[in-house]
Amino acid sequence: MTGDQPLIEVTDVHRTYRRPRVSLTRPGRAVAALRGVSFSVTAGQRFGIVGESGSGKSTLIRLLAGLDQPTEGTVRFRGQRVSGRPERQLGFLRRELQVVFQDPMGSLDPRMRVRDIIAEPLVAQGHPDTAGRVAELLEAVGLPQEAAGRFPHQFSGGQRQRVSIARALAPRPSVLVADEPVSALDVSVRAQILNLLADLVERYALTLVFVSHDLSVVRHVCDTVAVLRAGELVELGPVDRVYRAPEHPYTRELLAAVPTLRGALARFTTRTAEEEQP
Amino acid sequence: MSRSEPRSPVLTVTGLTVSTVDTELVRDVSLRVDRGERVGLIGESGSGKSLTASAVLGLLPEGVRATGSVRLAGVDHDLLGASERALAALRGRRMTLVFQEPMTALNPAMRVVDQVAEVMLVHRTRPDRRSARAAAVELLDRVRLPDPADTARAYPHQLSGGQRQRVVLAIALANDPDLLICDEPTTALDVTVQARMLELIRAATARSTGLLFITHDLAVVASLCDRVLVMYGGRLVESGPVHQVFTAPRHPYTRGLLAASDLTATDERGRLRTIPGSVPGAGQFPAGCVFRTRCDRADQACGQLPDWRGTPEHGHACWHPTHPGGGAP
Repeated sequence: MTGDQPLIEVTDVHRTYRRPRVSLTRPGRAVAALRGVSFSVTAGQRFGIVGESGSGKSTLIRLLAGLDQPTEGTVRFRGQRVSGRPERQLGFLRRELQVVFQDPMGSLDPRMRVRDIIAEPLVAQGHPDTAGRVAELLEAVGLPQEAAGRFPHQFSGGQRQRVSIARALAPRPSVLVADEPVSALDVSVRAQILNLLADLVERYALTLVFVSHDLSVVRHVCDTVAVLRAGELVELGPVDRVYRAPEHPYTRELLAAVPTLRGALARFTTRTAEEEQP
Repeated sequence: MSRSEPRSPVLTVTGLTVSTVDTELVRDVSLRVDRGERVGLIGESGSGKSLTASAVLGLLPEGVRATGSVRLAGVDHDLLGASERALAALRGRRMTLVFQEPMTALNPAMRVVDQVAEVMLVHRTRPDRRSARAAAVELLDRVRLPDPADTARAYPHQLSGGQRQRVVLAIALANDPDLLICDEPTTALDVTVQARMLELIRAATARSTGLLFITHDLAVVASLCDRVLVMYGGRLVESGPVHQVFTAPRHPYTRGLLAASDLTATDERGRLRTIPGSVPGAGQFPAGCVFRTRCDRADQACGQLPDWRGTPEHGHACWHPTHPGGGAP
């Protein structure tokens, strides 16, 4: 890796979708999903992207992963252009950057055994020992070896998310993009998966791009956070600074809207004191 | 609408057991919601929260039956075993429900105003369509939909998720119910939208309506509810005032949930606290204490089902409770 060169470089990216036409004479309305977004991610960073629905989070991920093309602007990975390239020239990106999606049930083929799901990216790359690698990956994500022979529906939500993490890690990527990986999970399982991600990021020296609507999760996982709102990047900075002293009013609004246990319980300290007087 | 009897129960559930032919899904649940009281029901997926709510409303799926007793204030018969006709007269009027997914709760082919008006016409709480529609627009205003007169004419797909959920809330509040049950009503919503929705629910239940609020988000319960019930494995494991349960939990499961929810508290390696293992499938819970397979305090005693200690309003079921000095009996 060459010094301080960013791993991912997003420069003035716009993405406009066109709604289906509703009139014969006029084209459908244009919707700007991303408007002039620029940022860069350096190797080893844990980069959080926060925003509500419609903020452009998912569009941004699709652009980073080369699954969609920006209308304007460029996306570069290790200095190579991702945007504007045909799929057959994106092999380097597919090896290096993998995505874990929110809903494991939707991203795992229900008719494939876990073994084949995890091995699929390996087969595509002609890996010599897929069985050995699958065993290694199952161990890494904390699943028993018997899991290999089972189907996705035989697992709980948290275990399924472990399977999709194992699949993402199979080609030994350097970047893991996690799109709301814990939003569909229960609290106790959420903590397990967040710990697992932290362990894996450390163990394999991964660069993490973590997308979430939940600021408290991002704060725990990431060192840097970008706040998206209606397709624009409104704030970018170290997580602790953004939390302590948010600069943009929208970031402040987001922070205020997230209910926290400690904050919510504080309301009792004054009230119960009064009420408990006999 | 003053709180004439502030502590009178609106819902009393006693010994509720829900089961299929061969599996018990909810066992021996007793709970009470008072007028104007907001009660949270928490637990992970598969703990039986939603089934408990369905049993109260008489909405259990085919092949699932409930025993025990469910009483609603002012109704002279038990809701369990009541005829569908008797239940239909109560649902939508005396007790109402807000689901997680507003799109499936609304009719996609019907204008919003007619859906809100319908619940008043069906229960004859408004004399005619015109006054019901006028009341519907007022309700849409009350749940803070922008331009209620315009929005009223929209179809559900023209609204955002948060707006749809507010329409569902308007329907639930239309007949001024005694009991409002919310089953994860804000889980699918953005945080800023959730904050507004919770504010509306708080306002709607400030007077005489009792609220049973089902969620897995402890922070939401802490900010909204007065009392909390904790379920695991189809059983109530702890109950009590939110502040006491959340600051001095007696049941190890409650303690585990609280620790796992707190993303600012980590161990020396910077890792979050977790509850080991995962929730077993229906019917796979151990005999005795349902939590003992995941509990760090479990021993031989836990093979026996722990008795409920304390009152139904404030107590726990554990042989080895934590926080011995904490408020609960």
